[in-house]
Amino acid sequence: MTALNITVDGDGIALVSIDSSERPMNVLTEALQAELGAAFEKLAADETVKGVVLTSGKPGSFIPGADLKDFVSAHDRGMSAAEAAASSRKLQGVIRHMESCGKPFAAAINGLALGGGLELTLGCHYRVLSDHPKAVVGLPEVTVGLLPGGGGTQRLPRLIGVAKALPLMLTGRPVKPAEALELGIVHELAPADEVVSRARAWVLTNPQAQQPWDVKGYKVPGGVGPQAAYANQAFMGGVAQIRKQYSENVPAPLAIMSAVYEGSIAGSIDTGLRIESKYFGQLLSGVVARNLMRTMFINKGIADKLGRRPKEFAKSAVTRLGVLGAGMMGAGIACVAAQAGIEVVLIDATQDAADRGRAYTGKALARVLSKGAITQERIDAALGRITATTDYARLEGCELVVEAVFESRDVKREVTQKAEAVMPQTAIFASNTSTLPISGLAQASARPKQFIGLHFFSPVDRMPLLEVIVGEQTSQETLAKAMDFAGQMKKTPIVVNDGPGFYTTRVFSTFIDEGACMLAEGVAPALIENAAKMAGMPVGPLAQYDEVSQELSWKIVKQARADGLEARFTRPDAAPVLEKMMALGRKGRRFGGGFYEFPENGKKFLWPGLAKHFPLRPAQPDAHELRTRLLTIQALEAARCYEEGIVTDAADADIGSILGIGYPQWTGGALSYIDTVGIEQFVADCERFAAQCGQRFAPSVWLKARAESGERFYPLPKAA
Amino acid sequence: MEAFIYDHVRTPRGRGRPDGALNEITPIQLAAQVLSAIRDRNQLDTALVEDVILGCVSPVGEQGANVGRVAAIAAGYAESVAGQQINRFCASALEAVNLGGALVKAGEAAAVVSGGVESMSRVKMGSDGGPWYNDPQTTWRSYYAPQGIGADLIATLDGYSREDVDSFAVESQRRAAHAWEQGYFSRSVIPVRDVIGEVVLDRDEHLRPGTSLADLARLKPAFAMPGEQGFDAVAQFRYPAVESVNHVHTGGNASGIVDGAAAVLIGNEAFGKATGLKPRARIKGFRSIGSEPTIMLTGPGPCSLQLLRRLGMSNKDIDLYEINEAFAAVPMRFMRDLDCTPENTNVNGGAIAMGHPLGATGAMILGTVLDELERRDQSTALITLCAAAGMATSTVIERI
Repeated sequence: MTALNITVDGDGIALVSIDSSERPMNVLTEALQAELGAAFEKLAADETVKGVVLTSGKPGSFIPGADLKDFVSAHDRGMSAAEAAASSRKLQGVIRHMESCGKPFAAAINGLALGGGLELTLGCHYRVLSDHPKAVVGLPEVTVGLLPGGGGTQRLPRLIGVAKALPLMLTGRPVKPAEALELGIVHELAPADEVVSRARAWVLTNPQAQQPWDVKGYKVPGGVGPQAAYANQAFMGGVAQIRKQYSENVPAPLAIMSAVYEGSIAGSIDTGLRIESKYFGQLLSGVVARNLMRTMFINKGIADKLGRRPKEFAKSAVTRLGVLGAGMMGAGIACVAAQAGIEVVLIDATQDAADRGRAYTGKALARVLSKGAITQERIDAALGRITATTDYARLEGCELVVEAVFESRDVKREVTQKAEAVMPQTAIFASNTSTLPISGLAQASARPKQFIGLHFFSPVDRMPLLEVIVGEQTSQETLAKAMDFAGQMKKTPIVVNDGPGFYTTRVFSTFIDEGACMLAEGVAPALIENAAKMAGMPVGPLAQYDEVSQELSWKIVKQARADGLEARFTRPDAAPVLEKMMALGRKGRRFGGGFYEFPENGKKFLWPGLAKHFPLRPAQPDAHELRTRLLTIQALEAARCYEEGIVTDAADADIGSILGIGYPQWTGGALSYIDTVGIEQFVADCERFAAQCGQRFAPSVWLKARAESGERFYPLPKAA
Repeated sequence: MEAFIYDHVRTPRGRGRPDGALNEITPIQLAAQVLSAIRDRNQLDTALVEDVILGCVSPVGEQGANVGRVAAIAAGYAESVAGQQINRFCASALEAVNLGGALVKAGEAAAVVSGGVESMSRVKMGSDGGPWYNDPQTTWRSYYAPQGIGADLIATLDGYSREDVDSFAVESQRRAAHAWEQGYFSRSVIPVRDVIGEVVLDRDEHLRPGTSLADLARLKPAFAMPGEQGFDAVAQFRYPAVESVNHVHTGGNASGIVDGAAAVLIGNEAFGKATGLKPRARIKGFRSIGSEPTIMLTGPGPCSLQLLRRLGMSNKDIDLYEINEAFAAVPMRFMRDLDCTPENTNVNGGAIAMGHPLGATGAMILGTVLDELERRDQSTALITLCAAAGMATSTVIERI
């Protein structure tokens, strides 16, 4: 079934309207590319056709980009760089033929045009863009670890100059119509229902059309090469910025910069396009693009659409939410829920505390207001939905109550029972605990089937992850309702089973504890922190420890020991370091300092006292080894969680590791990391570290068996 | 065969800005004037010179197309004199001396004039572009960071405080001012003249005599911002035990941007007999090395130690050390490496006070230390410079 509606009018102007019958938006699939290519050839050869207007039959959108699914399996199919380059050459060819066939092509961009969609229009000789604010344009390929392989790295700089084009491709940000016009990406703005007629009018008055870069004597605006005025800022500075922002793990930004630099200097755009296709091939055949696309787009997309919600239950919604505990977490939950249109009853032991919790919403949204991203009306409406009180009776009618009180079983038991005395019989009770097993807490509940864990992340208004923890008795219906609530809160949910630390906290602890272990071994603290950044962790383990606080961590250790948990859940390797820090009074950032000093004015710095209490060993390890160690210990713990059935879905494990605890995106997540390095190599790394650093690295029989058989967490596609 | 230094001259260093005295003098003129001075004050038959080797680090535009050969033509040298322009970044002119010395030692030339020229006010540093800083693939792979970041990294690793480096700078200014006052440079600095023969500059004009610690303390660290933008992160990749780079270098404790040219007359013994000129020093030996490119400026120590070892000499055999003051941390690190002191190092001040005309400095500081050896009636000097992309060049000379 064709996606193109083509009509030729009395003046010989052809209107090509793209309208994919299979999808709500015109995704630039290989099939659509081929169709367009054939259509352009036909129109070019047709003597009655004087010019072409290209538009979309989908209101509000032109083309949103290519099909990520086409790309994702490329790496897994073993696509070579040369093959991947050839795929870019194909699309380039279609566009190049269109722009050089001698007939004028005008794009009537009636809605958003991103990635290959924008690239298609850049090959047209004229662009009219809808003036609707949602009609954004951009080249976001960098966000999936790719580059614009349909000529974007060569046409956009030739159109608007390298200095303006490069940042757009390095950030991948969408550009609104007014800015698109100002930058020179498009020639004209018009109301969406007039873009076609304006485009047509241009075609009529421009029977001969040539791209600027095909005209003899053409020079790229702003100049090219290392001596251009912008070169130091764009390239010299830009390359350093890439290292700072991405460490050495993400190849796309450098590839974009290289394609632009090398391609812009080459005299001919055809050479530039060849260069672009080679760098595209390098990226698409590489594993990082696959990891980013698979976890951050495809699997996160499924999670956001509640892919793991039990399907047999009808959709539910929370209209009235109870939040017990107006501290940082409770206040944050209330803030997000109120913005989602949910009435919130925010309860604390004192009215003062409850009021402060409510005020948090005002403060948080005031910051958003100052950025122009919200209106005062919406702030007032949100605040209006929050009732701050000490009175549990107000919980009447709440379909869901979340407790975010002290991490103490006694306190939690008390509030659970108080709340359940008032809550509707059918309501769900959730705990925001980050460590206390749900099944144990559920014992305080009169309705354990309706008890579940909803672990939010701080700050709640900014962290997208929600770890949904299923207790022993939690029903599937409760799970379904909890997922529906996650959807209302616009969070990305993962579903895990019960256990100490559940999933995210368990894995996170191994990261910060490994930093503590390294310190105890005499590794230089700066080396530990830098190694973490090399791995792509946003913050080093020692800095992260100070945020969590040694004080809280020590409490957790003592509680775990008191609860008689297995030795491995009592943080045995890091406990001596923790104990020493506590004895020294170094309890964390909030307590005057931990591994770091936090001066009143100025940046934090590593506490000079560390050298005395954790003497440096004379031979320091290689930074690369430390980097691998930090990635390995977390991935190993994630694998253990998978083995023990704490997580049952590799995608959830990966999304949770990235969104919840900052595991580097380039890996695709903690389990994807194992597939990325290869499980045989991973197990070898574990065994090497086990011998050098301790048994916490010892891989289980299960994991070793998987290595023997080469089993992957994401099986490769079967050969057709 | 031996290679002897018969004579050397330099122009004064003009401020490398539009208001600098030498801004009106084209670089080819600067080069021609030092070549002419060598000829005129020695009554030299230039047909005896076989090659002119000039260092120049931005050989484009006004400094393009082989200033070595073209300056020889412009100075009216015999047309049989060949010429070349070389680039080993900041060490270029010393490398030119070494190259000339090598030709003579090898018996392949009887006499050459080596030196360098750089008009930083007319042809800015970096004008030639180049892949090292601006070709993304190369810049990435080589862990490029600007030289100031390297200097600050040295200060961080070695523990030099802002006060330490500023103190070094104050002393350089003091020594240079003293040397000028006492006329230590008068034999070798030739005035630069304009087209109508008037003297445009006869003294180094970058100097700030009387500079105090307080003066320098007011200046902002020059590389804090580029560091923050990403170059500190690059440095930490190479040196991952560094918690943060301590940015201590400023315009006041780093080499000045200036204009200038220099030339050194090098020949064998037979050349001396043919011209009646007396050799002033022999070129005993020389070496260049590559060193870590990100920190960039740590080469002089290892290079000099390797050279001394090869020559069968020890650091104690050297009477005077002359090291280019690219940034204060550079000579400070060098003195640690060679176990020498301010007492015998850069005794008449250096580039912090007088400036560093990139392609010419190597020959200038060689001349400076040779004059000082003669003034003190001492014997042996070692001259060295760090160079971009992680290099260093060292030369040992011995008075006749």
